Amino acid sequence: MKKVAAISFPSKGVAGKTGIWRVRKPILDRNKCVRCLICWIYCPEGTILRKEDDSVEIDYEYCKGCGVCSNECPTKAITMEEE
Amino acid sequence: MIYEIRFHGRGGQGTVTAAELLVKAAVAEGKWGQSFPFFGAERRGAPVVAFARISEEKHFLHSQITEPNIIVVLDKKIMEAVDVTDGLKEDGVLVINSSGLFSKESLRNFRICVVDATKIAVSLGLSVAGWVIVNTAMLGAIVKAVPLVKVESIMNAIRNNWPERVGEINAEAARRAYEEATVL
Amino acid sequence: MIQVLTGNHSAAYAALLSNVEVVSAYPITPQTQIVEKIAEFVETGKLKARYVRVESEHSAMAVCIGASSAGARTFTATSSQGLLYMSEMVYWASAARLPIVMPVVCRTLAPPWNIWNEHTDMLLVRDYGWIQFFAESNQEVLDTIVQAYKIAEDERILLPVMVGLDAFTLSHTSEPVDVPEMDLVKKFLPPRANVPYVLDPSNPFTLGNLAYPSHHMKLKFMQHTAMENARKVVLEVDDEWYKIFGRCYSLLDNFMCDDAKVIILTIGSSAGDAKEAAKYLRKRGIAAGVLRVRLINPFPAKEVSDILSKVEAVAVVDRNLSPGNGGIILEKVKSSLYSLKNRPFIKGYLAGLGGKDITVEDYIKIFEKTLESYRKGDSDMEWFSINLEATSL
Repeated sequence: MKKVAAISFPSKGVAGKTGIWRVRKPILDRNKCVRCLICWIYCPEGTILRKEDDSVEIDYEYCKGCGVCSNECPTKAITMEEE
Repeated sequence: MIYEIRFHGRGGQGTVTAAELLVKAAVAEGKWGQSFPFFGAERRGAPVVAFARISEEKHFLHSQITEPNIIVVLDKKIMEAVDVTDGLKEDGVLVINSSGLFSKESLRNFRICVVDATKIAVSLGLSVAGWVIVNTAMLGAIVKAVPLVKVESIMNAIRNNWPERVGEINAEAARRAYEEATVL
Repeated sequence: MIQVLTGNHSAAYAALLSNVEVVSAYPITPQTQIVEKIAEFVETGKLKARYVRVESEHSAMAVCIGASSAGARTFTATSSQGLLYMSEMVYWASAARLPIVMPVVCRTLAPPWNIWNEHTDMLLVRDYGWIQFFAESNQEVLDTIVQAYKIAEDERILLPVMVGLDAFTLSHTSEPVDVPEMDLVKKFLPPRANVPYVLDPSNPFTLGNLAYPSHHMKLKFMQHTAMENARKVVLEVDDEWYKIFGRCYSLLDNFMCDDAKVIILTIGSSAGDAKEAAKYLRKRGIAAGVLRVRLINPFPAKEVSDILSKVEAVAVVDRNLSPGNGGIILEKVKSSLYSLKNRPFIKGYLAGLGGKDITVEDYIKIFEKTLESYRKGDSDMEWFSINLEATSL
């Protein structure tokens, strides 16, 4: 590959650890989660991590705290709390 | 002498407005001032910087500020992610929003001024969409640390920027911070 | 009254003070605040103008052309990609001899994507027949835009005017600006007269119709002559402005050039940092000066060569690039000096592309390097402060 123009490659966290941007934090209640993966689809930053068994985890190092997951969750399993 | 100031805050916290209000206060006193944001995209919540130059005489500078005399930190948490002392002059001053005692270890021998701007802002009910707004209180602390302008000029600049009650409360935040700020 | 304003808001206040009647624009970083502020003026009734929203810069200029043809004082603003997207209509506005005024917030062209300052955007349309200014301060942005209407609407001119202000270093920087009283501006700039023509349904005519080659060439001659008149009219208008408001700018900003041995010639806001460098060197016994070209089109070739003929060495600092040719201003300066018997030594520098900061220290280096190159006779153009060895950009 001859680099004669600007190219960028996908990588994790090009804007740094964006978790510091957060003012409110999403908290997952595993008892309410039905593994529908809607949060995983909607998260604009890819910070909902999908496990083998379709359970999810939140990557707090990069989650910016936008609250989209909490808003979309059909069972209200994700709530936003002050940092 | 030209005082160069760098403000550290988060996108949406009023960091750029703080820099501009400081300049407005200076200009009202017949001084020369210039303020500008970091030249780039602003993102809510992300660490941001803004700059100001204050001087008695007019100058022609339009280049960036890389070696400021004064650093202002609106949100202490930013210090975990960013080296706020980067480029600060040897005899520089740090003005930090912090409650209680402050560990000076990482800050070498810089002069430090501390104010609990968050407490002042909360007690005056200064918050927007869940964010405590500390920018106006920090202005009071800056002029306590370094007498760039009179605190009354800061208060007037704030009153001229927001109408009636909002202006009064923010001016009060600056006044209280001016009184409560401690130079360590 | 002295206010603290960004360059963008200075441009918006200039539109307000000029009592523009039709505004049409499409937002683009870093120009957006200009049209946002004007929209606010219109919405709150401060400015009695029609604000026309459009889907592109091309349409924005098309609206201005239509409105200006109908006799309205029109305003738009753009930047970078927007200017290029608009460019077909930009050429049209000038050849149609319409007195439109447009600030351009000078920003780098992509790719790579870049929102910072460079002058290539505006210099690419230099030959489109618009009068072009580059401002150094926010005060100059405001003053020049109001002056621009007086120049554009002068019967000897009837050409559109572009006012360049640097992305961020002016557009987003707040500094003290003396905003003139509306009543005084009204005396300086009365409402637009019915020139060059006004579309009128009761007296129909067609604009932009087909014309045969001989007519075409005559029209081009007239456009060219009008452009040549600009050098004189700009000075007349500036003089009148000075009499009322006490500020003037001329075609060139001569900063300690009269007894200088070495001069930096440049354009835009960064010239201020060059001036600070010249002040510093003067204290150390080096006769340095700065020549900032304010009117870039038509280029004040005679005025520039009059000043440069008296110095030993000249550094031309270009914040623009014509790939394969180098700096656009350097070429223009060199050709302006061609007929001089004793031409000064000239060295070109490409600096600050893509918004790379040019500091006072950088300008001190450029002054010193130019004197050294003069002694060695090395006039090769130089890419200033570029590290080709760096693995990461």
